Amino acid sequence: MSSLSCDVLVLGAGPGGYVAAIRSGQLGLDTIIVEGSAPGGTCLNIGCIPSKALIHVASEFEKISQAKGGNAIGLSVESPKLDLAASMSWKNGIVKKLTSGVSGILNKSGVRQIQGWGRMRDGKCCLVETPTGPVTINARHVILAPGSQPVELPSLPFGNNVISSTEALDLQSVPEKMVIVGAGYIGLELGLAFAKLGSSVSVVEFADRILPQYDQELSSPILKKLKALGVELLLNAKAKSAGPSGNSLIVEKSNEEEVSIPADKILVTVGRKARLEGWGLAELQLSMNDRFVKVDQECRTSMLDVFAVGDVTGEPMLAHRAMAQGAVAAEVIAGEKRVFQPNGIVSVCFTDPEIVSVGVSPEDARSQGLDIVVGKFPLSANGRAMTMEANGGFVRAIARKDNGVVIGIQAVGHEVSEFSAAFALAIEMGCQLEDIAGTIHAHPTQSEAFQEAAMLALGRGLHM
Amino acid sequence: MGLHVIKMPDVGEGITEAEIVEWNVSPGDLVREDDILAAVMTDKATVEIPSPVDGRITLLSGELGELTPVGSIIISIEVEGGGNNSNEIKSVPQISTTKTIKDDGGSKGVVKPSPGIHLEQYSKTPIEKPLIVSNGMQSHAMPRPEGEKPLASPSVRRRATDAGIQLQFVTGSGPAGHITHEDLDKFVEGQGAPHKAGGLVANTRINETKIIGLRRKIGERMQDAKQRIPHITYVDEVDMTELEKLRTHLNKERLKEQPKLTILPFIMRAIVRAISAWPTLSSRYDDQNGILKTFGAAHIGVAAQTPAGLMVPVLRHAEAMDIWDMANEVRRLSEAARDGSIKRADLTGSTITISSLGLIGGIVSTPVINSPEVAIVGVNKMAIRPVYIDGEFVPRQIMNLSSSFDHRIIDGWDAAQFIQHIRASLENPATLFMER
Repeated sequence: MSSLSCDVLVLGAGPGGYVAAIRSGQLGLDTIIVEGSAPGGTCLNIGCIPSKALIHVASEFEKISQAKGGNAIGLSVESPKLDLAASMSWKNGIVKKLTSGVSGILNKSGVRQIQGWGRMRDGKCCLVETPTGPVTINARHVILAPGSQPVELPSLPFGNNVISSTEALDLQSVPEKMVIVGAGYIGLELGLAFAKLGSSVSVVEFADRILPQYDQELSSPILKKLKALGVELLLNAKAKSAGPSGNSLIVEKSNEEEVSIPADKILVTVGRKARLEGWGLAELQLSMNDRFVKVDQECRTSMLDVFAVGDVTGEPMLAHRAMAQGAVAAEVIAGEKRVFQPNGIVSVCFTDPEIVSVGVSPEDARSQGLDIVVGKFPLSANGRAMTMEANGGFVRAIARKDNGVVIGIQAVGHEVSEFSAAFALAIEMGCQLEDIAGTIHAHPTQSEAFQEAAMLALGRGLHM
Repeated sequence: MGLHVIKMPDVGEGITEAEIVEWNVSPGDLVREDDILAAVMTDKATVEIPSPVDGRITLLSGELGELTPVGSIIISIEVEGGGNNSNEIKSVPQISTTKTIKDDGGSKGVVKPSPGIHLEQYSKTPIEKPLIVSNGMQSHAMPRPEGEKPLASPSVRRRATDAGIQLQFVTGSGPAGHITHEDLDKFVEGQGAPHKAGGLVANTRINETKIIGLRRKIGERMQDAKQRIPHITYVDEVDMTELEKLRTHLNKERLKEQPKLTILPFIMRAIVRAISAWPTLSSRYDDQNGILKTFGAAHIGVAAQTPAGLMVPVLRHAEAMDIWDMANEVRRLSEAARDGSIKRADLTGSTITISSLGLIGGIVSTPVINSPEVAIVGVNKMAIRPVYIDGEFVPRQIMNLSSSFDHRIIDGWDAAQFIQHIRASLENPATLFMER
């Protein structure tokens, strides 16, 4: 068995792991990264990127479908067609480009990449099953980045027609009837996409509303779109099991009535959980924070010189959080003083319309006992939104009443995900409403709504 | 939305202009009622201007250090509702001077004024109830409440982390207490290690300081006094030996509640007696109108060095006080002057002034008259000196008095007589306690 040694071993090459490895390589540390599949992790291979590709395909197809026989803006097409297999190979091309890009940067940063499933034997040693045989790696520092995986329902195990997002993102044909279990952001992103692609979609949700992580004001434009697309919504409903033939889902409704919903595919999106098995957590005996590995502000675990970053360390399970943690861990190992202590982490929901949110919602703020002001500007009053046929949604700014410091910003609307930069910057800089109101926003763009929301919160909206 | 304007307050005593020495807010700031907006310096005291309303500053007019006429608008505040910028201006904060007969019960050893004696009392007019404002945000720097997360941009946070500085200990000068790079610089400077001693080096540093506030006021008054008043200075020595014996005795015998006596009350007592013989010395000369006001009272100003600069608190009606009363009052005034709590009433209206530097009083000084008074008595350091008495040198406690007079009013002969009267009282302390 061959043996390697290094300064820094990174376990897992998702966004958290690969950034940690690139950064420690850049800082001159002898670094090895171990990955069981392709670099890029869930995000690049089976998550963020492929889903955004599929959502794009679906939106484009919806557009041309609506132009059949002529649409409001004067375009028409004769017979729109979709070749999902071709779409998938286009998507795979993007994934390949990105993952090989990551691999290239790792190389450029002097990081050694070991392909194979790694398992920690203790805090300094990792055993990797490589295609060419087992390798042990001894490291002075370890950064754990094992990521997360979809939650599986015991009564509805993955297999056959019961699929997770991973399989849904690689379907070669559009299922006629798709049932989605869970109306969270992953379920609705994919549900909307498949509805646009032509599937007849049903969504089964245990809670009494969709997107429970967002307030109703933010989720209602999505509810409207679901209805417009004819998506069937079963709220307060529990997915029991697949029907006997596997082509249906047994659902218990709130009145305890059981119904069978026909389904070619049953997509289970009831959340994601930290990956705690298969990589040696039991051997390390790390302190836990509920179902996550406990870390401090420097991303240190309870074991000396063992760090952890990304989804395995807790909510929010987002790639950009993992990347920021990865950089902190590498820099701390390199002897720099760093802490992971952001003012806010933006979350984006790529539904139609999109939701972007950072900081607190008005509800959260009030429950924390804060005295706040809220400014909300509807995109229906925004010229640019109208010219894109996108006039639903709004931008909302929440600030403390005593000093005007902005503590939360949300938006829902067409392509508002791109607002995330402005929103995050405002929160991270500790902006006051006056800072945003006093910044000239370009016309005509949807971002003007951000400035207007701030002005409204200050009691001097211009275009309302 | 309305505008609430604040005018340069009228501080009375015919003062027509005051100097803005500090702005505590900037245009655009949101202020709450009672937030301090500015400090203005009048003849003798600094007055803070509180906001009478909640609102947003829209205008600050006037430069720091500029003299601004009383009654001119210096601050505009945008408020909810009508504001006061109409014909009816009700809520401008004013320091108004009202002359009233006041009986303060003689506390702090102050003599009870008999009916007919007018004391000046200063009071603020009550401030109007706060107006409701659309957003009561406070954007200027303020202390961070406990437990509140410090507000700083990522670059500032990173610098602080690098330097091992915990931001909760750094004061933020930016809006809403935002910590800036400059705040961090200041913090680092404040905690930095002392510079190494490195031998003698040329120091080429030149500091430019704008002379404003109390310093400028002092300067103007000194220049004015020296330009307008032809000073005559007269120095003589006083044998304080007998007085010092008496003072030591009194201090030994004094009751617990009685203050320790310095020589100042004795000198004041001697001045009071000399004034009764030479009344013109307790005067204020209005040279513009050619009127000399001679006072029956002896309102004795005592020049005092304070952290803020030279101040002259006034001991009123010294002629109606005994030694102990005066000692109490001197102590009260000097404490108030040092800690800055002194009231304008205690800083105005003197009719003659004493200047004393105590242990560093030197042997001779040329005091500048506290215009528009006509005399100032300078007290030099007391020291044991050999004096030739009855054929031999004996050690005596000798102290010089260096006094200046306005020669337009006081001739040298009168000045000398006045000082000789004081000297005689001090050298024969028993006479201090005689009515005449």
